[in-house]
Amino acid sequence: MKNTLDDNKPIFLQIKEQIEDSIIDGNLKAGNRAPSTNEFAKFYNINPATAGKGINELVAEEILYKRRGVGMFVTENAKEILIEKRKKLFYESYMLPLKMEAHKLRMSTDELIEMVQREDNE
Amino acid sequence: MKIEVKNLTKKYRDKVALENVSFTLDEPKIYGLLGRNGAGKTTFMNILSGQILASGGEILIDGENPFDNQRLTESICLIKEGNNFKKDLKVRNVLKIYSYFYPNWDQELADYMLKEYHLHLNTKVKALSKGMESALGIIVGLASKAPITIFDEPYIGLDAPSRKRFYEILLEEYQTEKRTIIFSTHLIDEVSLMFEEVLILSEGSLVLKEEADALRRNTYAVSGTIEEVERFITGKDILDSKQLVGMMTAYVYGNAEEAKQSGLQVEGIPIQELMIHLTEKKRGA
Repeated sequence: MKNTLDDNKPIFLQIKEQIEDSIIDGNLKAGNRAPSTNEFAKFYNINPATAGKGINELVAEEILYKRRGVGMFVTENAKEILIEKRKKLFYESYMLPLKMEAHKLRMSTDELIEMVQREDNE
Repeated sequence: MKIEVKNLTKKYRDKVALENVSFTLDEPKIYGLLGRNGAGKTTFMNILSGQILASGGEILIDGENPFDNQRLTESICLIKEGNNFKKDLKVRNVLKIYSYFYPNWDQELADYMLKEYHLHLNTKVKALSKGMESALGIIVGLASKAPITIFDEPYIGLDAPSRKRFYEILLEEYQTEKRTIIFSTHLIDEVSLMFEEVLILSEGSLVLKEEADALRRNTYAVSGTIEEVERFITGKDILDSKQLVGMMTAYVYGNAEEAKQSGLQVEGIPIQELMIHLTEKKRGA
């Protein structure tokens, strides 16, 4: 949960990503209620319509479903769907920048592979 | 209520305040009206609220001209940066007058906000501090429940926590009942997250009208060596650019996600900064 949102990135995307992250991290589990449009609007002082747009996209992607009069809830398959989606973005979001930085630092592919395999506690 | 602005022009003697401005606001939303000093924002809001006449063109609200129009005036509330109320009136009287004027007046909200802002009913307007007078303006604006509520830099002298409280109450009210709120301010960073749509005026002309999130998505700053950036921006719509010893940043209209594929450094542009670049360009041209 972030304290404030950035003004240089679409707000509905930031709302969407926050819910996604909570589901992937396990803070929001299948069947749990997600924060409502109004709760988001109040917490971040953002336009409720904008928050609603992020939530609606998650409904369209079957991450959330609506229970009339009660709120938005996490679907059974939400976590699996999101992990698959994030995997697809992994190369672009993490591997490409990693490779570019490595190239700048004149690191060879072997050096990179060695680093990936290195134990984290070293 | 639908607001149609058609070729609106306003001249004060030989000074042009608005020139041929046209746009339509269809839905009840929170609109941010931005621009530098003298861009024509206040003139526009005065015409919209029926307080002055245009020199050319027109504004129609649900098809009618707001000037000298009783029915429409009841639907519009304009709160300016000062001198909203007669100095000799008590707070109590100010609220009473507005409660008679606005058919949807919400006395409960007014009472609640009086407490929040520690205003006393028996204080005269002239005895209020600048911040307190602004608070009274904000109370009247929100409690009016006018379908078109306009805030023109409404919080001179109001401290940061009081402004924050104002934003919170405004959003709560908006959630309960949608209405058209036009918000004009120079403190853009504070309020830009509330805007659904942004309008930017520069030297009397409308330079931009766009959904706030679309703006955040469709503008970006790209940085790299002058050569790289120049190559990248060829054929693109450029807002502004700056250079620093061999390096360059260009502000571009276009999809930021696509730009990231280029390998150059790409960042979003906050709305406040965007307004600066947009109005700089106009001045430079």
